[in-house]
Amino acid sequence: MVEVTDVVCSLCGCVCDDIVVEVEDNKVTKVKRGACSVGKSKLMGHNRIKSPAIRVNGELKDCSYDEAIKKAAEILAASRRPLLYGWSSTVCEADKVGVELAEELGAVMDNTASVCHGPSVLAIQDVGLPSCTLGEVKNRADVIIYWGANPAEAHANHMKRYSYVSKGFWTEEGKKAKKLVVVDVRATKTSKMADVFLQLDQGKDYLIFSALRAILYGHEDVVPDEVGGVSKKDLLETAEMMKGAKFGATFFGMGVTHTGARHNNIVNAIQLTRAAHTHTKFTITPMRGHYNVAGINQVCTWETGFPFAVDLTRGYAWYNPGELSATDLLIRQECDAALIIASDPGAHFPGESIKHLAKIPVIQIDPFPNPTTEFADVVFPAAVSGVEAEGNVYRMDNIPIRLRKLIDSEYPEDEEILKRILDEVRAIKEKGGK
Amino acid sequence: MGTKVNLISGRTTVQGRNLDSKMSEEYFEEVARCDLNKADMDKLGVAADESVKVKTSYGEVIVKAKEDAGTPEGIAFMPMGPWANALVSGDTHGAGMPSYKGIDAEIEKTGDKVLHVKELMQTYMG
Repeated sequence: MVEVTDVVCSLCGCVCDDIVVEVEDNKVTKVKRGACSVGKSKLMGHNRIKSPAIRVNGELKDCSYDEAIKKAAEILAASRRPLLYGWSSTVCEADKVGVELAEELGAVMDNTASVCHGPSVLAIQDVGLPSCTLGEVKNRADVIIYWGANPAEAHANHMKRYSYVSKGFWTEEGKKAKKLVVVDVRATKTSKMADVFLQLDQGKDYLIFSALRAILYGHEDVVPDEVGGVSKKDLLETAEMMKGAKFGATFFGMGVTHTGARHNNIVNAIQLTRAAHTHTKFTITPMRGHYNVAGINQVCTWETGFPFAVDLTRGYAWYNPGELSATDLLIRQECDAALIIASDPGAHFPGESIKHLAKIPVIQIDPFPNPTTEFADVVFPAAVSGVEAEGNVYRMDNIPIRLRKLIDSEYPEDEEILKRILDEVRAIKEKGGK
Repeated sequence: MGTKVNLISGRTTVQGRNLDSKMSEEYFEEVARCDLNKADMDKLGVAADESVKVKTSYGEVIVKAKEDAGTPEGIAFMPMGPWANALVSGDTHGAGMPSYKGIDAEIEKTGDKVLHVKELMQTYMG
């Protein structure tokens, strides 16, 4: 048995890097400390896709990697409008090959940000983001706001490692000397910990951001007795808490990005942070979901100039979320083939979009079977990044962290599979195929 | 006669624990469900773990009802996943993001069976 320290978790955007595991006979046998129950489950492993496979007469038939590579390359090379989607639960090295493949094919390249924090990206491009690292939050923040987020369930180590419950250089007393504000439609495990819980009417976030901005700018007289289900008294108390912070940090989740005004909600949230700057230091950070969704946004941006929803069919990069995001492309029934990697649109896309995806040839690269596998036509099992493969990822605050390899894998890494598909596509093109 | 609700979806710990194990029984038990306030459960005449049909303009699914005091009256919460998303429109209103939350839905008690994930995905084929 070998004890491995400083293991990095490849599950959520927290990318915890202080995990200790035991490895024996090329298996992770125990997660000793550091991981939450969700991360622990990832490290201990799940059922795998056992073999590459190609769908024949409705059934997936096992085949060799060579045969699957050939089939995948043929599908992509023959496609007039391929969609390459996912990229968030793999490493930046694989993402980089993905962009190269998209350029070679003239494909649309989109990632899971488009159904997660895509609106946050749009808002940040609009008005910027006064943010900071999670280390700054740990060491400085004494007022924490979670808005439309439930970290107690979705990012279970976030409060303990970085925010409300953590103890840092100037926050050595931990939560005793901090205030927690939670804004949500439902009472959750997170809201139960809050000093102030603003339980708003669903979809009224924009109004509440605006009301708090008005109060922070000294215009509380224009705020009515109730805004979006929240009393003026509670809004005034929250504003006082924000003003009184030595250092405030807002984290927001999909309760805001998935709702009504979408990116306009986030613009208003960022403007609220600016309003707080007239009184004190305040920051704002999106609670990114997948462990490397921030990373694919980085890679896609440095390779194409844009973070998601990029069309490379013109021979240069064209960016237009709302037109080129995967769900939009699918409901317009525009793409005629798709490569899905490190994501699961079968589970996480709207039913209306899945209908088209189920009709077209789909190539899937993933360690685990999931709803997308049910309609995939070519399936590649891959090594699990962070357990069986190393590589760079970006934490939710855009800090790059290197995943460690803990055990050997019988499966190739995502990067290798993509490179082989790319080589085969180039070979087909050289022979004069499409 | 159904009850009108505002449908939202989101993450849960057990859903997260099974992100890489979506074909498992634990994922099915956790995600093919709908949380409702006691008042709404009473209105529908359903007890915990009884089936309900959730219907929107974009689709309908059968899931198990669960009482949750944290969910306000008039709101239905479903863990994010294939069952909740069968009810979501793909229209992003030009913004790239579908409306995953704040969907007008109608819920009614039913004796019908909850489709397993493989059966649910089959409904998209053909």
